[in-house]
Amino acid sequence: MIDGTASDIAATGFDLVLAAMILGAGLFAVTVRDLFGAVVFFIVYGVFVALAWLRLGALDVALTEAALGAGLTGVLLIGAVARLGRRTGTQGTDALSRRSAFSVRSVSQIATMLVSAAVSVALGWAFLSLSDSDGLRAGVAANLDASGVSNPVTAVLINFRGWDTLLESIVLLAALIGLWSLWRDDDWGRRPGLRQHARADGVLAMFGRLLPPFGLLFGVYMVWVGSSLPGGAFQGGTVLAAVWLLMMMAGLMPPPMVTSARIRAVLIAGPLVFLSVGIIGAFAGGFLGLPPAYAKPLILMIEAALTLSIAATLALLVLGPPGGPAMPSGPGDAP
Amino acid sequence: MSVSLAIVALVTAPLVAALIAVILPRWGPWLSLLVVAGNAAALVVLIPAIVSQGALTLPIGGWQAPLGITLRADGMALAFLTMAALVMAAVLVSARPEFGGGGEVTETRRQWAFWPLALLLWSALNVVFLSRDLFNLYVALELLTVSAVALVAIDGKADGLGAALRYLMFALLGSLAYLLGAALLYAQHGTLDIALLADQAIGGRAAVDMMAVGLMTAGLAAKTALFPFHAWLQPAHSGAPAPASAMLSALVPKASFAILIRIWFEALPGLATPPLLVTLGAMGAIAIVYGSVLALRQTRLKLMIAYSTVAQIGYLFLIFPLAGGDSYMQPWAAGAWTGVMFHALSHGLAKASMFLCAGLWIVAAGSDRIEAMRGLASATPMIASAFALAAVTLVGLPPSGGFTAKYLMLTSAFVSGQYVWAAVLLIGGLLSAAYLYRPLAVAFARDGDAVFKPVPRLAQAMPLMLALAAILLGLASQGPFALMQIGRPSSAEAGLQ
Repeated sequence: MIDGTASDIAATGFDLVLAAMILGAGLFAVTVRDLFGAVVFFIVYGVFVALAWLRLGALDVALTEAALGAGLTGVLLIGAVARLGRRTGTQGTDALSRRSAFSVRSVSQIATMLVSAAVSVALGWAFLSLSDSDGLRAGVAANLDASGVSNPVTAVLINFRGWDTLLESIVLLAALIGLWSLWRDDDWGRRPGLRQHARADGVLAMFGRLLPPFGLLFGVYMVWVGSSLPGGAFQGGTVLAAVWLLMMMAGLMPPPMVTSARIRAVLIAGPLVFLSVGIIGAFAGGFLGLPPAYAKPLILMIEAALTLSIAATLALLVLGPPGGPAMPSGPGDAP
Repeated sequence: MSVSLAIVALVTAPLVAALIAVILPRWGPWLSLLVVAGNAAALVVLIPAIVSQGALTLPIGGWQAPLGITLRADGMALAFLTMAALVMAAVLVSARPEFGGGGEVTETRRQWAFWPLALLLWSALNVVFLSRDLFNLYVALELLTVSAVALVAIDGKADGLGAALRYLMFALLGSLAYLLGAALLYAQHGTLDIALLADQAIGGRAAVDMMAVGLMTAGLAAKTALFPFHAWLQPAHSGAPAPASAMLSALVPKASFAILIRIWFEALPGLATPPLLVTLGAMGAIAIVYGSVLALRQTRLKLMIAYSTVAQIGYLFLIFPLAGGDSYMQPWAAGAWTGVMFHALSHGLAKASMFLCAGLWIVAAGSDRIEAMRGLASATPMIASAFALAAVTLVGLPPSGGFTAKYLMLTSAFVSGQYVWAAVLLIGGLLSAAYLYRPLAVAFARDGDAVFKPVPRLAQAMPLMLALAAILLGLASQGPFALMQIGRPSSAEAGLQ
């Protein structure tokens, strides 16, 4: 009894500290002057939020937040900051234009703060006046047997609301197409990303050889286990993307050519398999319908294909446009 | 069976084609033609089916709402789907010379990216018009935004990149606001389905619902480029290549507007209050006057057409005061609702036609200054007639679809005694006549010395086809009118209150 209350108090205390740290990290991320510092606080913020999801018992969301929200987005932002630095470093900053823009900037900053505060207060008030709703928990539980998997999150993502997931995987692909469409015309046909210079006997190359087998195993396990426990295509795909990126950074394999038909086939494999299952279903009785008897193998097949495409897409998003000779040379690039 | 297959074809055919175009870029133009044919066939099956049987629903995966997602083909959805199919057909055929590749050996960036992006944009539109699930609509909006933003920047010029980035910021803020609202509605009602929300929230005016719908409306208004959220529109729409501008201006704002209509008239009609309706209408009215005045002052053709879109979007928001308001006005609500739908459709057709015309004229004249178009009408008679017919529709002269729209809106404004909105409609019409007269007068002026590049006939025929469709919408307005009444929300009939 006493132990129970004690652990309750400890849990509440932990939650309060966590909430304070989330707010603090968020505050630092928006107020810190230095861009790189802001990104670091953003990543810290993502990790804390993932912990909060863990405390709320949403393990799937926590995994996704840690992998995509903190990890992948953080890497993308760091890459953006690095490229920005290279761009603006050559031009220098014009002190005069900065001063004249100051008042406009501070006004818009104050306005943004006021709007954000108003939305937060209104949201808090709306949250407190919410009526008790269990959402669709009962409906999901009642139909879980027919879904083919025992993890309710996977059942919702691939079966009950598979149409959303299918479209989301295509949004991801559209983002990559959009990113690639921003390349310079001359770069088309080159390999994405900066050229890597890892020493063959260096630490990076060693990790590049050592970690991939474990990462591969872990990524595949995450997808496989997703049918019964937290995990799935997005989380597994992120791990595989990290493995592939590590191998490219270690110089063990070159990034694929942007015009390579093989890499493009990998990019569309997931959405195409998912769509094909849906369309065959439409002829057999229901669009995206998974008959309970075949649901599990179909879900595993869809998840496997999605994982490959998600991994490739995420890794290529991180690699970004080609660096090297065609880039305008910054101060650090001089030989 | 064939009916549900037709609905499936509408949402999946462009997706499959887009995926294939990623690996086989050379097939892009042909895949697009296949999708045009497939969509046309699906519409030919669906329209008679819903005329005889009423609105049709398709629960995806066999899961009924609230667990699953439902697609619903009603009159409004089919009217917008048909308009989008016509515009996309013309755009995709027009884009071939520029993005088709021809006989070159090496693939270029623009040629590779255009076809998947255009097809993804089309599939997102079709999902928006058919889906009945607020989260599914969010995903479709994201797909629409990502492909539209990339299309703005596809030329790779600095202006286009800047415009695309600004558009991205506005659109993402809009998406976030919309998503926040959808999450609140789900937390409150335990469902995201529009029909179930309508059943649950009947008569109530819960504070959470107000907050949620307020956020969603603000987000969607930003995506529709309603004044004062319009700042992203004119650089984005005028900076993109002509086929992309046509899609962006004619179709993309209609998607977020369609969702607004679904929310206000179908999901939560009980939330409307007269001050709210008047505010939305007033923003529309300001957009009409502001956009028209700025369109008048432009010297570049594409910028003028883009500002005209800012103005024309304003008319869409007159639906709120005209189809709402006090009880004695309500017999006329249905007319106003249908009128605004007519406006959305005819603006889509006419504006796409105009941007395609502008693209061809700019190529022919070698400049996008209106002054450079002098004498173009005799060199390119088909484009000139297309532009003139599209202008007739936008001004709202008979017998165009724009006339039917303005007639229905004016009637309901006068009869219900809302003279202010009637005045706005009339002033807007006069201003649009003024700004559209200038390029036409210049193009039809005689100039014997001017030399223009020749424009292929097929390319000239596409905008003409769209402009004729916009006229036909008014000439044969009975068919579309009857179609739009199928599955029309009862609140559109009784008025928002």
